[in-house]
Amino acid sequence: MSVEIKRGDAGIEVRLEELTRRYGPVTALDGLNLTLGPGELVALLGPSGCGKTTALRLVAGLEEANSGRVVFGGNDVTGLPANKRDVGMVFQAYSLFPHMTAMQNVAFGLRLRRRTSEERRRRAGEMLELVGLSAYADRYAHQLSGGQQQRVALARALAIEPTVLLLDEPLSALDAKVRSRLRDEIRRVQLDVGITTLFVTHDQEEALAIADRVGVMQSGHLEQLGPPTEIYSRPATPFVAEFVGLTNRLPGTVKGGVVEVRGVKLPLVQPDAADGPATALVRPEAVSLTVDGDIGAGPLTGTVIAVAFLGATSRVTVDLGDITVLAQMPTSTAAAHAAGTRVRLAFRDDPVLIAREEKAPVEA
Amino acid sequence: MNRAQRRNLQIFRTVVLLLMGAFLLTPIGAMLEFSTRGNGVDAPRTLEAWAQIGQTPGLVKAITVSLELAAITSLGMLALLLPTMVWVRLRLPRIRRVVEFICLLPLTVPAIALVVGLRPIYVWININVTPSILSLSFAYLILVLPYSYRAMDAGLASIDLKTLSEAARSLGAGWGTVMLRIVIPNMPSAILNASLLSVALVLGEYTVANLLNFQNLQVAVAYVGLTSAGTSIAVAVASLLLAFVLLMVLTLVGGRLQQQHYVPGQRA
Repeated sequence: MSVEIKRGDAGIEVRLEELTRRYGPVTALDGLNLTLGPGELVALLGPSGCGKTTALRLVAGLEEANSGRVVFGGNDVTGLPANKRDVGMVFQAYSLFPHMTAMQNVAFGLRLRRRTSEERRRRAGEMLELVGLSAYADRYAHQLSGGQQQRVALARALAIEPTVLLLDEPLSALDAKVRSRLRDEIRRVQLDVGITTLFVTHDQEEALAIADRVGVMQSGHLEQLGPPTEIYSRPATPFVAEFVGLTNRLPGTVKGGVVEVRGVKLPLVQPDAADGPATALVRPEAVSLTVDGDIGAGPLTGTVIAVAFLGATSRVTVDLGDITVLAQMPTSTAAAHAAGTRVRLAFRDDPVLIAREEKAPVEA
Repeated sequence: MNRAQRRNLQIFRTVVLLLMGAFLLTPIGAMLEFSTRGNGVDAPRTLEAWAQIGQTPGLVKAITVSLELAAITSLGMLALLLPTMVWVRLRLPRIRRVVEFICLLPLTVPAIALVVGLRPIYVWININVTPSILSLSFAYLILVLPYSYRAMDAGLASIDLKTLSEAARSLGAGWGTVMLRIVIPNMPSAILNASLLSVALVLGEYTVANLLNFQNLQVAVAYVGLTSAGTSIAVAVASLLLAFVLLMVLTLVGGRLQQQHYVPGQRA
């Protein structure tokens, strides 16, 4: 491609320090600390109302923090209004200016920066090329599909060479197929430009797929921050375990650093947990099924009641009498477990998290 | 719907249109007829009454003043109402009902009651600020609030103000730029409607001007009517036609503006 943009070196460090934001009695953000490395893409993931959008809006300057600081590459920008911060932002709602063409939209920020008309046209053209929409430069927003509009919005945000790129659920309004394609495209462009990016989403698949690091948020604070694989395979708290991916909740007993579930001893993520009853959180992938000649009876035998085909893998629901357990396995394996089959369960001996009560998270 | 039904509907529509047209145009036609009557029963048609408009002392001045008032009131209304309504929608949505109530209030206060309240203020203004009739635009600003508010409220509701203004601000636009480059260009018809309503109201206003002893167009027309009925009717017809022409021009301009960006029925 002949696109002349700074490649991979546009990123600066972005720090959120002790950010707090209250709306009346509600604390939306409770002393959030987060540092994004230069060129890093961090996804904030969480249920609605967890404070992730508030965090992003505080970085953008669209809202004011009650306390705390926002620092771009060593410069404190906490007091700067949104129009002085040089952030590029893509919104959940379609945000193209309806009275301008795609080209004019992309050039808008450059116009405010008093670039010459020739420079504006060149740069806006490059940006549209970057998102693959050169052919649509003269279209108005209503002549573009939802996915195209969001791509123009991305080009518009990047055209001003912002210090930070902020993505506020940019894919939520799109249908599933467009969503995953645009998701990959956002990642490609972000890597191309090398811009530090904060991506807010409630969709775990989205976050895990494109982020360098994922921050899972709940009630205004970070529950866990780490690479996607770590978030998924070693969740730090029961909340993370349950929010990211599906989880079986199996009653058991903690004793001497292991948790005993239905007669099976499983190692703990935190071996120093106090003894007593607890709920073990076991991923469906860690559950396997066997069909021997004689299943017999016992705490680990049950009946398959449903098989959900997910493509390469399938999810099998097993009724153990008192509870049901989900097991996920390759579809070829699952073929042996039609509904009604008697099966025996086995747990992979990965360290598991335990939950003591419904909501209280176990601190790591 | 079958053909017979469609034809019946067409006939019904035409009849309604003709009746309404007759209802509205008959008085104007009668006025036109009256203003071109000659002196005497068999006298031929004459434009003398119309020619008198230019020669009646004070009449041309009253027309100019009324047009100036209309322009000042429209611009003042836009300058006052647009930023306020945008700000309230974005930053103070809680007080939106209050602002709406205040803006609609003048509708419920009779002009005569309004004048009683305005009178002492105008006495003070005339002595301390300016005796000019253009100060009437303050009072007119209040009178046009309800109509302009309604028109602009509809316009603002048709755009995603929050997202558009935040997008513009993140791109580096200050509030002034957001207003001029983003808000106004996206609601041209609402702004034209609001202005048009203001112009129409100011050109037709009589009570307040008369009671505050200012001579605007309508006061002058009434005055001329005392001496020359023909001329006063001619002026009335002329001002009506002027309003029609203004309305037509603004509608055409508005339609043109709208067509540049929108395919009808596809408003995003």
